[in-house]
Amino acid sequence: MRRWLLWLPLVAFVALAAVAVHGLYRPNDLTVRSRLVGKPLPDFALPPLIEGRPGVSQADFATGAPRLLNIFASWCVPCIAEAPHLLRLKAAGVPIDAVAIRDTAPAVRDFLARHGDPYARIGDDPRSAVQFALGSSGVPETFVIDGQGRIAMQHVGPINEADVPRILQALEDAR
Amino acid sequence: MIAEAGLAALWLAAAMALMQLVLAALGLRMGRGVLPDAPGSDRADGAGETAAQLIAGVRPVAIVQGVLAALSFVLLIWVFVVSDMSVQLVAANSHSAKPMVYKIAGAWGNHEGSMLLWVTVLALAGGAIAVLEKRLNVATLVATLGAQAAIALGFYAFLLFSSNPFTRLDPPAAEGQGLNPLLQDPGLAFHPPTLYFGYVGLSVAFSFAVGALVTRDVGPAFARAMRPWVLAAWVFLTIGITAGSYWAYYELGWGGWWFWDPVENASLMPWLAATALLHSVTVLATRDGLRAWTIMLAVVAFSMSMIGTFLVRSGILTSVHAFAVDPTRGSFILALLILYIGGALLLFGLRIGLVKQGSTFELVSREGGLVLNNLLLSVILGIVLIGTLYPIVAQAMGTQLSVGPPFFNKTTAPIALALFAAMAAGPLVRWRRDNAQALLGRLTVPIAVAALAMAAVFVFAPDAGVLPILGLGLSFGIAVASVAPLWKRDLRRTPLFTFGMVTAHLGIAVSMAGMASESAFTVERLVAVRPGQITQVGPFSVRFDGLRPAVGANWSAIEARLTVTRGDGAPLVLRPQSRFFSAPSTVTSEAAIATLFDGQLYTVLGASDEGGRWQLRLWWKPWVTLIWFGGGLIALGGALSLVGRVRRERRQPAAREAWQTAAA
Repeated sequence: MRRWLLWLPLVAFVALAAVAVHGLYRPNDLTVRSRLVGKPLPDFALPPLIEGRPGVSQADFATGAPRLLNIFASWCVPCIAEAPHLLRLKAAGVPIDAVAIRDTAPAVRDFLARHGDPYARIGDDPRSAVQFALGSSGVPETFVIDGQGRIAMQHVGPINEADVPRILQALEDAR
Repeated sequence: MIAEAGLAALWLAAAMALMQLVLAALGLRMGRGVLPDAPGSDRADGAGETAAQLIAGVRPVAIVQGVLAALSFVLLIWVFVVSDMSVQLVAANSHSAKPMVYKIAGAWGNHEGSMLLWVTVLALAGGAIAVLEKRLNVATLVATLGAQAAIALGFYAFLLFSSNPFTRLDPPAAEGQGLNPLLQDPGLAFHPPTLYFGYVGLSVAFSFAVGALVTRDVGPAFARAMRPWVLAAWVFLTIGITAGSYWAYYELGWGGWWFWDPVENASLMPWLAATALLHSVTVLATRDGLRAWTIMLAVVAFSMSMIGTFLVRSGILTSVHAFAVDPTRGSFILALLILYIGGALLLFGLRIGLVKQGSTFELVSREGGLVLNNLLLSVILGIVLIGTLYPIVAQAMGTQLSVGPPFFNKTTAPIALALFAAMAAGPLVRWRRDNAQALLGRLTVPIAVAALAMAAVFVFAPDAGVLPILGLGLSFGIAVASVAPLWKRDLRRTPLFTFGMVTAHLGIAVSMAGMASESAFTVERLVAVRPGQITQVGPFSVRFDGLRPAVGANWSAIEARLTVTRGDGAPLVLRPQSRFFSAPSTVTSEAAIATLFDGQLYTVLGASDEGGRWQLRLWWKPWVTLIWFGGGLIALGGALSLVGRVRRERRQPAAREAWQTAAA
């Protein structure tokens, strides 16, 4: 038997142990990241949810200026928590579009009346089809889309106070 | 007071383990060349006497360590029995109103207690080696006990520094929290200890391997000393896996018997390695071949138990928060893992080259067959290991994915079929050298039976699929081939271990027939029915009579009454339930299973729809029971073999001594 073959088991085990150590000390992050970050938006066109307000389609984004795409629902409690921060972003001049997940027009109208309305457009996604196409796995999530229609950043979970400057920076970088 | 005494016993046992390790290491070092059978140059000075004294201390210390660890574990059971709620572990895992058997089982039904059980079995095994093992050469025995002490020491440290089972609660709890009826199942109470006996038995094989590497004395005497431990570990693992599979089958309500879940794989991998080891150790004991390979397998088998324990305990695979709670524990186990496995593999790389080459053999021979068996088992082990670990590796590279049953089934089934075919032929081959043509002659009948069975299955059930047809046909051939070694033999003079081998191999055939039949002939019906409606499934007609409420200790249920008839036979009544547990609020399906001589009818009650119809899931699984019956036969075969081997060792001490001298 060749001498070096005897060391093969040890080498294999050391590699395995390295992976285990890596896995052990990796912060336990269970969020599902979209694979589309850095890639163009998928092709989609959502009809309007509320009469008289435009729906959302992929064509609305590649307009030269970065925009936010917010995934929300009127039945989602953390969405209430992030509503004031979305309003602050709107006040800072950020255009925000929305995809309403598995929702109805009266419920959304009521939600916007209570918690403020930061949205330029609201698309209706009753089966989460566009949400999944974007690589989003829950509500709320927010995507920063650059002027060429590419996803520059994905924010999972509600936007809180500390996230606002980060998102503004991302919008600035995407310009 | 009792808890403190238990903790003191644990500390003392740890001290004994340290002493055992130091005595063994110093004794071997000083005695190099002086001990009659230790390797090295001849050297005669005062060191010899000291070494002999040091070494003489190892056995008694090992026995005392075993006794102290056992005492500690008994005291832990004691605090559970008297429900001492001032002990944190009892308060968290027991309840004064629990039935006594579950109070006792509660002692090891948790992390700390199970680790204490682990180390207790380990220490008792060390003590047993010290008492029973009389014929292995002294240096190897001492090195083995030293290795055993080193392993135990790591686990003592783990218990004492991060998982103390005797921690007090101040003020004591008024009542315990552990009255979860879901966990009060005899299967759950005795399944983990069974697997632990298996794991720890493999640790003894590991210690023997390390001992042999230290003294470079790998030969038949060493193999014979190791074999009973491997056999016993293998029997326990077989029972544990078989019972676990049946438990998952009836409890989970999905009708499946193996899910390739990481926890299941963690018990399967040591079993595969132990199966390979069992066969290679026979080659080493009988023909003094496969020296390096046997040592390697002994290391791998225990490594697989430790890796399995680590994967399950650390939560690294399931990514639940088990780890976030107490990261020190996972790191501790990982450190032990790296220390022991890494150390043993390092020792292997350094020393195995110095072990003399064993005897060689022809390709067509019993040894050749066993090598083939080992290679195929190793391939399956490799596949299962890769499939289990791939998600972790992928995660390290930044992708999340999971590996499911389709991968495992597609990759392992063909190799397993080849393995079983080799298993059929193996016992019919002669040691050392055989004639391929003569072997084929001996296999004529089994091959004919297998071919006939395959043809019959193909004629009667052409849609069964390739693998099930092959599997069913082969299982008949293997069944014939596995009893063939008894053909024309005087059964009264046939050694017990031959009966053991025949039984175990027959068990494989029986189990395989069950698996093939289950996958080929299972009939599944999913129907929505109103009370009074009749459904056909396979040869049965099932009438949904109606529903009624049922109540248990902390659950309420809707129970369906099903009347089942086959042909003109007497009707059977089955009552599947849909149970609602209040705390925590969960819904579970309690399957109702009718066990008949030729299979099982498995019924599950589902949800109701708006129209007042109820979902029923019905499976007719012909011969499915053979899977576990075969598993039982395999374990029985192992046990027969163990008794046969031990009895023969007892009866022939002289012959053995002669072997040893001749080998040396």
